[in-house]
Amino acid sequence: MSKFLNLTTALALLAAPAYADGFGIGRPALPEEIAAWDLDVSPDGTGLPSGSGDVLTGEEVFAEKCAACHGDFAEGVDNWPKLAGGWDTLADEDPLKTVGSYWPHLSTAWDYINRSMPFGDAQSLAPDEVYAIVAYILFSNDLVDDDFVLDQDNLAAFELPNAEGFIVDDRVEMELSKWIGEPCMENCKDAVEVTMRARVLDVTPDEEGAEQAAVEVKEEAPVVEVAAVDPEMVAKGEKVFKKCKSCHQVGEKAKNRTGPTLNGIVGAAAGKVEGFKYSKALKSKAEEGLVWNAEELAAFLAKPKKYMKGTKMSFNGLKKESDIEAVTQYLQTFAE
Amino acid sequence: MNKKTEENMSNGPSRRSFLRGAAAGTALMAGAGAAKADTPDPLITEVQPWASGLGDGVDATPYGLPIEYESDVIRRNVEWLTADTISSINFTPIHALDGTITPQGCAFERHHSGAIELKKQDYRLMINGLVDAPLVFSYADLERFPRENHVYFCECAANTGMEWAGAQLNGAQFTHGMIHNMEYTGVPLRTILEEAGLGAAGDLADKWVYVEGADASSNGRSIPMEKALDDVLVAFKANGEALRKEHGYPVRLVVPGWEGNMWVKWLRRIEVMDRPVESREETSKYTDTLEDGRSRKWTWEMDAKSVVTSPSPQSPITHGKGPLVITGLAWSGRGAITRVDVSKDGGKTWETARLAKPGEKMALTRFYLDTDWDGEEMLLQSRAMDETGYVQPTKAQLREVRGLNSIYHNNCIQTWWVRPNGEAENVEVS
Repeated sequence: MSKFLNLTTALALLAAPAYADGFGIGRPALPEEIAAWDLDVSPDGTGLPSGSGDVLTGEEVFAEKCAACHGDFAEGVDNWPKLAGGWDTLADEDPLKTVGSYWPHLSTAWDYINRSMPFGDAQSLAPDEVYAIVAYILFSNDLVDDDFVLDQDNLAAFELPNAEGFIVDDRVEMELSKWIGEPCMENCKDAVEVTMRARVLDVTPDEEGAEQAAVEVKEEAPVVEVAAVDPEMVAKGEKVFKKCKSCHQVGEKAKNRTGPTLNGIVGAAAGKVEGFKYSKALKSKAEEGLVWNAEELAAFLAKPKKYMKGTKMSFNGLKKESDIEAVTQYLQTFAE
Repeated sequence: MNKKTEENMSNGPSRRSFLRGAAAGTALMAGAGAAKADTPDPLITEVQPWASGLGDGVDATPYGLPIEYESDVIRRNVEWLTADTISSINFTPIHALDGTITPQGCAFERHHSGAIELKKQDYRLMINGLVDAPLVFSYADLERFPRENHVYFCECAANTGMEWAGAQLNGAQFTHGMIHNMEYTGVPLRTILEEAGLGAAGDLADKWVYVEGADASSNGRSIPMEKALDDVLVAFKANGEALRKEHGYPVRLVVPGWEGNMWVKWLRRIEVMDRPVESREETSKYTDTLEDGRSRKWTWEMDAKSVVTSPSPQSPITHGKGPLVITGLAWSGRGAITRVDVSKDGGKTWETARLAKPGEKMALTRFYLDTDWDGEEMLLQSRAMDETGYVQPTKAQLREVRGLNSIYHNNCIQTWWVRPNGEAENVEVS
């Protein structure tokens, strides 16, 4: 392999004595420590834990933990990655690169989901959940039927459509060998014309940044009666809030992310978190005087998009009323 | 990553003045060239407050920041590029910097799951896999190995990626600002590998080193053993001080000349392997799709590239005709820059620029063309050459080989259209 042609030189520099002795710095890594961190999974399946998951279970887990960003059918929400579709688009002008259309190895999807997803709550999934999610992504890509079960034995052998679509970097032959030598210095072209202008396209951010004036809320927020907080419900609410954590932060160090910070949100006037760019829909509700009391919050959290058409919140909603109540109580514990 | 529109080809004027600076430049130009003053300058004839009163005492700012008048020299983000700033990138203000070293505070950031806060006391580095003895190091352990200092550039593979399909972003910061250049202090990766012992790996020719970070994105990349034993550094200082949080405090990997994604931040684990992991960042991302739909993988080296940083859209000419310093940066991931040429007419004729210092391997090189501007419009370009003899290609040359969908590794020649009023614009030329 050409990538390794110079290895003999590198090896010649490896002084044998340093090899043997070392500095005696560091301590032996314990097996438990290696097991905790060495999680990578290779295309041949090395590193996969035992377990399995089916498409239907995957659909449920996906709806709960992935769909807020990736869409119910893995079709992607806003700028978040699409995980399905795009077959036969790789040679098109704007190819759609998804697990189904582009990724060469299924191990990569398992490994990435296992270690890095969900966004904001990484390494929280059990192996069976990861198998189920990956099975559902395959189903979303029309690569398996709904009775498919993925496990540690059939994963490595599963061939994705673009498995043969990659070549090792060939720039040395295709480019470097050609674009070499003394370049032209005079009379290199007959005519030069401007064929495209960035200023006409106009997608460059302004130097000043935010142009829009902060939305002034005219009226004082009315005082809202709040129910007493129940510690058990708060604990339950903290668990429910995991679904919100990839977009919303609470607590002392909370910062705006995809969604605004939620400190003091219960009972607060809508659209007031400093520095957050709200949707037009929310801004107009805020102008009308919307206050996030328990009823309004419950209605919003049950079906966000139905409650507020045009909201930026890409969450499907909490199905159980008790979850809504719990998360509301949890949020009440964070003052502004 | 492309926002194309048919309006591209129209010649209508911009609806908004992009830069206050450009407008100010136009106004100033009227007086430019006048070598004599009609009235005495009050800044000279009248005693100014700073010449009479007192300034700040020492310790007014125990860790100094740039003076308020430089508050526009900051990293900037292009919001429409990504879904969320937590997994996003911003750009170094290269249009406003000179020399070659990038101050840490304005060096571009790229995170996959946010910049984490990891204390030195909580830091652990593990080496495992095909080694004689798997080891764990603390931060203090790393400071006991012999260390080295090197200046290297770090360029994101996506730098200039938005320009593949056409001229898009109006400023050198946005077209070329996914780069920084710092002096690193660290331990060679080879030293760490040898400490754990490579006997267990057997023949090293087909071995790989997998490196990963401690943040939630678990960014991990496979590096061939040859590179790992060559010049890769496990670094803990940049420009003399601790790494910044956004650049991987307390420890990051430095992979000279290779794409920035491999410079794993918050480095927590090194695994010697007999195969590449083919992780997300080396399969679904950072691979270059060609016109026929196949994609190149393992495109690690950043090819020779250059850009004029001033004049440029964010750094217009404000002094009218006469002496003008044209300056920019050049770099190559395959060695030292040996020469940079500059064209004022869109590539018809070229002049060789002056290198501020001889080029150094895998580090930024500053070039200057000290010229006498006639006040006419220019189509400014720069073209770098490196020690392999490689000449930076035009966008047309790149497209001929790769098509329009490559995104990464766009090292084409950049054109700025400088108008008689000193304003400059990002354009593509025939």
